[in-house]
Amino acid sequence: MRKGQHRFVAGFLFVPVALYLIFVIWPYIQTFGYSLTDWKGQSQTFKFVGLDNYKALFEDDVFMQAIWHNILFLIFIPAITILLALFFAFMLNAGGRSRAGGVSGVAGSSFYKVVYFFPQVLSLAIVAVLFNAVYRSDGGGLLNGFLIKLGLVDAQNPMEWLNEPNLVLWMLMIAVVWHGVGFYLVLFSAAMQSIPKDIYEAALIDGAGRNQSFFRITLPLLWESVQTAWVYLGIVAMDMFVLVSSMTQNMGAYGGGPDHKSDVMSTVMMRNFQYFGKSGYACAMGVVMLLLTLVLSVVMLRATRRDRVEF
Amino acid sequence: MSAPIKETADAPVRGPVAKTPVRPGDDRSEGVVLNVFSHGFLALWALLIILPLLWLVLSSFKTDTQIGGSAFGWPQNWSLDVFGRAWDKGIGDYFLNTVIVLVFSVPLTMLFGSMAAYVLARYEFWGNRFLYYFFVAGAMFPVFLALVPLFFMVKRLDMLNTYQGLILVYVAYSMPFTVFFMHAFFRTLPTAVFEAAILDGASHSRTFFQVMLPMAKPGLVSVGIFNTLGQWNQFILPTVLMQPQSGDDPERYVLTQGLIQLQQQQGYASDLPVLFAGVTIAMIPMLVVYLSFQRQVQAGLTSATLK
Repeated sequence: MRKGQHRFVAGFLFVPVALYLIFVIWPYIQTFGYSLTDWKGQSQTFKFVGLDNYKALFEDDVFMQAIWHNILFLIFIPAITILLALFFAFMLNAGGRSRAGGVSGVAGSSFYKVVYFFPQVLSLAIVAVLFNAVYRSDGGGLLNGFLIKLGLVDAQNPMEWLNEPNLVLWMLMIAVVWHGVGFYLVLFSAAMQSIPKDIYEAALIDGAGRNQSFFRITLPLLWESVQTAWVYLGIVAMDMFVLVSSMTQNMGAYGGGPDHKSDVMSTVMMRNFQYFGKSGYACAMGVVMLLLTLVLSVVMLRATRRDRVEF
Repeated sequence: MSAPIKETADAPVRGPVAKTPVRPGDDRSEGVVLNVFSHGFLALWALLIILPLLWLVLSSFKTDTQIGGSAFGWPQNWSLDVFGRAWDKGIGDYFLNTVIVLVFSVPLTMLFGSMAAYVLARYEFWGNRFLYYFFVAGAMFPVFLALVPLFFMVKRLDMLNTYQGLILVYVAYSMPFTVFFMHAFFRTLPTAVFEAAILDGASHSRTFFQVMLPMAKPGLVSVGIFNTLGQWNQFILPTVLMQPQSGDDPERYVLTQGLIQLQQQQGYASDLPVLFAGVTIAMIPMLVVYLSFQRQVQAGLTSATLK
């Protein structure tokens, strides 16, 4: 290699690598170190406390509950979103009058795609404000208003959707699913359209019905997209910071109410970091979040492994 | 490929839903039922998306008492005043702050991301693989892992609550994905053009800026859309990094942060129409951009995640 080339390579890499090291990699590494200290953030001094923070974490009921809520989100958000997206993608692509075994789209399918996808470009902050208005705890909320009209909710005593310990997680999930379905629908829909039509034709000649061609052809060939979707929704479920912190009752700061019934790891961590000033303890929570994310990805990839089909 | 087809071929014999080979008439009636059924569901979900958004926009034309009273009252206060008030209450500033940050952060992300990706994809040197994984690994870790030290890092650089601080952090955190995607893209470009440029005496950086980068335009558009939306909608990083540090430090909230702030204020001030007008203002650019580039946005976001 000529000398000029080395200089060029180094020159091009210098700024990106430096930025990435300073703001991403170094803080990631520091977190592990700080998680072993009793650092309070404001003071410059701290001492090494070993695994005390981790021990405290496992006795911290709020954080344990938060992990449990994240796990619930991890199960239900991907499952519901993917099922709905698959259902709608199937309806869009195969619900039309079929000539070649269920491959023609319904009329207006491009209109539906435009509408369904739109929430995805809105920020979660907008989604939070919208659903706060929808879930209002008086007759002025869209959901209460609608249910009062139907006679399902008493107008004098409307539901406090975000203040019911048993409901609050589900109400948050509805908002996430509303936001995400369109994206995964477009993803699955593109994958469905790339399946060659002659496979369906062959199945039709062999006497396969609509359901059979969906479950035995479409779904197996979509498996890789479903897997991708699961990973992305898993990341969403591990986060949830925006919606929880801005939609639920404050437990000091960053939502989590009522009585920590909607707290997730990210909100508990931010509260400990910024509100209680327990930086070292918050770092330990960050490490736990990382470990859970890694475990999750390994489990997911193992559980959903299938042979790759080329076509 | 043979396996699924073989299975469907067996199916009529053992499957409970199986029927004898489809007769044309039979298939059509099944099609009609399914068609009505699917249109029903599709239309219902479309309504579930449009109606709440429309309702929220209309609510900015209601009075505060009307908002608290009934969800279905028709707006009475048809004046655009409320948008002006929302703009003055902070939305204008939040908007401007977001634009200032993104005007720098998105082009810088694209520039540095493709520079690194290009060198890693096209040049062999010691440590190339390592550097590539070094960049890509960042995408696996939750941002919360870095949050606490990041805050103190930015504080030490004296960049808390500054545009440049947020810009640099956005660029750094967009690196893994941008490098990953552009790396794959530069790999697919033909080598012949690159060699021709070098033979013609173009320098390495000139080859990059005048030959390779223009050729990578489709990839740049996809990642650009992805990064713009991601940074526009970012919430946790500005929440940590863009808080006024002292009494005379002005607020430099970005739009997402500002909306949540406004939600709290307007709840107390009993002036919710202002909040809804603020959300409407925040939604309009997204709606316009989305409707005009709908195909590119959908393709950009989905292809960006699939690569």
